[in-house]
Amino acid sequence: MTTTSREAFPVGLFVGLSALVLMAFALSLAIGPSGFGWPHTGEAGRLIFWEIRLPRAILGALVGATLGLAGAALQGYLRNPLAEPTLLGVSGGAALGAVLAIHLGLSQVLSLALPVGGLLGAAAALLAVAALAGLRGGPLTLILAGLAVSATATALISLALNLSRNPFASIEMVFWLMGSLSDRSLTQVWLGAPLMLAGMGLLLLVGRALDALTLGEDAALSLGIDARRTRRNIMVGVALSVGAATAITGVIGFVGLLVPHALRPSIGHRPGLLLPASLIGGAAFLLLADIALRLLEPWAEVRIGVLTALFGAPFFIWLVLKTRSELAP
Amino acid sequence: MKLEAGNLRVQLRGREVLKGVDLAAEPRELTAVLGANGAGKTTLLKVLAGLIPAAAGVVRLNGRTLDAWPRRELARSLAYLPQERTVHWALTARTVVALGRLPHQAMGQGETATDRAAIERAIAAMDIAPLAGRPVLAMSGGEQARVLLARALAQDPQVLVADEPAAGLDPAHQLTLFQHLAAFAASGRTVLVALHDLSLAARFCHKIVLLNAGRALAAGPPAAVLTRAHLAAAYGIRAEYRTIDGIPAVLAFDVLP
Repeated sequence: MTTTSREAFPVGLFVGLSALVLMAFALSLAIGPSGFGWPHTGEAGRLIFWEIRLPRAILGALVGATLGLAGAALQGYLRNPLAEPTLLGVSGGAALGAVLAIHLGLSQVLSLALPVGGLLGAAAALLAVAALAGLRGGPLTLILAGLAVSATATALISLALNLSRNPFASIEMVFWLMGSLSDRSLTQVWLGAPLMLAGMGLLLLVGRALDALTLGEDAALSLGIDARRTRRNIMVGVALSVGAATAITGVIGFVGLLVPHALRPSIGHRPGLLLPASLIGGAAFLLLADIALRLLEPWAEVRIGVLTALFGAPFFIWLVLKTRSELAP
Repeated sequence: MKLEAGNLRVQLRGREVLKGVDLAAEPRELTAVLGANGAGKTTLLKVLAGLIPAAAGVVRLNGRTLDAWPRRELARSLAYLPQERTVHWALTARTVVALGRLPHQAMGQGETATDRAAIERAIAAMDIAPLAGRPVLAMSGGEQARVLLARALAQDPQVLVADEPAAGLDPAHQLTLFQHLAAFAASGRTVLVALHDLSLAARFCHKIVLLNAGRALAAGPPAAVLTRAHLAAAYGIRAEYRTIDGIPAVLAFDVLP
């Protein structure tokens, strides 16, 4: 009997990605308009470190990890490489909540009104999606429910922008929607971090189910997978992590689509293993994008959501062309 | 393990698909479920595999009702091979076969020596070692069928429920596949298949359950079930069970008016 070799666990990839995250995190702490280096000394230096650079670096890592992991989980669950974290409608809900907080003037009164509004919006979106899709239905009902909730949120955001009489509020809404890691306090980090971590924990639990779902839903059930628990973990996990991330930083697109896509071939296309890989890869990607942003800053003020889209779109075009040539007869 | 069902009734979207079916699949035997398109074969297999609930009636595995089996434990004893040959990502054959070990592995646990042995046995049984490192999506239908059956064998089940495992295969692959299933049954396992090929059923199966519009029209050894009258009633064809050079076959002559 010949023995076949199992695809080895890609230790090198995980070590490399983790090293990249640590390096990017350290670099993120060292770069800013006030100069290169770790400004620990002096009153101003301490303030810059604790109030500006540290929250920004932590958010970059956490939000990137959240988006990468949520994208990988949704792509695996829906068995569709085009799925992304915004699909479930929770980021739409979070964006609507934050925009309403600006529209109603709450953000002027209360500094935490934006993230809290975002969290409430994400929670409302989750409840709406759960009510629409139910816990038993298949992936298609989930996509449709997410689209319906997203469309509703987008419509209401447009309405808020449309009705806004205060141009400053309109600009604030538009900028908030573009997504940003800057000017977030440690308090906002402490508000979102536990939710993001809890959501990521739930999403990391579904790896085996995603592997089994590769063979279709009936085969996955017959392999002992609990379909309802998997669906619940995905829905609640995405809502907690992506909802909290969007509530604090706004909508940052393309990370959740591209990171799993780019890493998939290097882990043998296994959807379970793609989860931790995309978590680490997402953190590295967003930290590096945010560093690139600060290097650009002397010339232009670009928001990170705009930057990820600017770099993400050509990368995606390249992926499409690559897929097309692979599928060509 | 014996897999048996009594007076099974199943409703799908308000339509009664199974209207009181009895069935018993014994260890060491290859049992076939036959019937025209829409007769309820796939539904029957899914209920027997615990994938959809019955509206009435009971399914027992090893004397214990399916409801009383925890899902993971059931997955260690019963493997189900769906009719669709689905593999969603570009996984290699080795990775797909290894999925059969999921019910035996604790979370986060890698492949144990037992897992590895079961995977190697399944790969050897289906003769797919040369394909092991190739992506399943790029394989021919016959190769995919063998890889997916190897996945079910790697599960090391006492009972194998397979929905049309021979569909779409050329005659050589059909014969080899049924020789494998017969050998698997001979090793003490219970094998239940849904089939369209009457000659394969006549030749390889010990027992046949012939479904017609949600009811079992006949059940028993092939020669007793595949009679002119039964075939006419179940399929609307004029057909005959014959033995040619010691090998049973069913010849279909024409469609009855």
